[in-house]
Amino acid sequence: MMTLAFIVSFFCVSLAQVLAMVRLIKGPCVGDRILALDTMAVNAIALLILLGLAGGTQIYFEAALIFAMLGFVSTVAYARFVLRGDIIE
Amino acid sequence: MRTVFLRLLPHPILSLLLTVVWLLLVNSFSLGTLVLAVILGLVIPVLTAAYWPDRPRVPRLGRLAVYLVIVMWDILVANVTVAFIVLFRSNRAMRTHWVVIPLDLKTPEAIAILAGTITLTPGTVSADLSAEGRCLLVHTLDTADPDEESKGIKNRYERRLKEIFE
Amino acid sequence: MTMEIADIAIALALLSGAFFTLVGSIGLLKLDTPMKRVHAPTKAGTLGVGSFLLASMIDGFAYRGGSLHELLIMAFLFVTAPISANFISKVNMHRGDIDPTPPPPGERTWATFNTGPADKAGDGPM
Repeated sequence: MMTLAFIVSFFCVSLAQVLAMVRLIKGPCVGDRILALDTMAVNAIALLILLGLAGGTQIYFEAALIFAMLGFVSTVAYARFVLRGDIIE
Repeated sequence: MRTVFLRLLPHPILSLLLTVVWLLLVNSFSLGTLVLAVILGLVIPVLTAAYWPDRPRVPRLGRLAVYLVIVMWDILVANVTVAFIVLFRSNRAMRTHWVVIPLDLKTPEAIAILAGTITLTPGTVSADLSAEGRCLLVHTLDTADPDEESKGIKNRYERRLKEIFE
Repeated sequence: MTMEIADIAIALALLSGAFFTLVGSIGLLKLDTPMKRVHAPTKAGTLGVGSFLLASMIDGFAYRGGSLHELLIMAFLFVTAPISANFISKVNMHRGDIDPTPPPPGERTWATFNTGPADKAGDGPM
């Protein structure tokens, strides 16, 4: 039962990652591309947690935490660059 | 006495938060980690006090906890609603609207929490604040009546936040 | 017996997390205007990761003697998701990719369009 749940989860999250990448390539607006990148960062956290659960280890936790922080900061930096033409004023 | 207390403990809630976050990062509880967490929680606010000159008013914590429980329940409901709309409604059938919500709240913390709540709850995303901070621009995914939506948000969240912060 | 209950709870949390993550990305691809697209990933994607973290916490309490540090990621995601959504909406408004917005009653304009003299001096990246 657990194996089946893991297989289904890995499949769904990977598919979600591919769908977000399609939106990243298709665009058409800058806002969509930023949103797709943000979604991909969140899905990457989900994949890391799944890997840690399936492997029974804790070593992916720090990576997931750093992905959460860097994903947020890069989204804000990108949006701010489009809004103001500058990141640090 | 009071000024000494203020100098040593400029942000009590920040100190508490730092202690809890350090304990969670270490992820195992012993007396040693607790002592180190309390030291960090006391020293970091004092060292960085120069960058946080304003002291925000301490909100009513009990009511804030009730508010958080309500918001968590609404997030669960919101996600089921949004999943249903995304999967089973065609794009043309969705009735999207811009809704302008006039704000009664004055404190920046309360407005920030209200905007965050609106984004995480059913079918609404807060998009922008007006230049003088008196209205909030909200985008709704699928509503029949925008005025009803605005009234609902004011009644359910803004009234409670006003009690907590003002 | 308790192990079986824990396993069932973990499997349920995993499946609901997978469902919500997938719905978020399907919404990102299916919806047709930029502002509609902001709705799906900010809500569904965040709750999806929240479910995975819940599964990880149940696993920790059932097999490893307790772990709460998943709460850190969960709290961080739930605090930052609205801020990202807000910034992306501002980008959409700023670039004019969406329906015209109604004016705020009793005020000049929205904060995104409120440019001071310092902003007008330099040119943006566009």
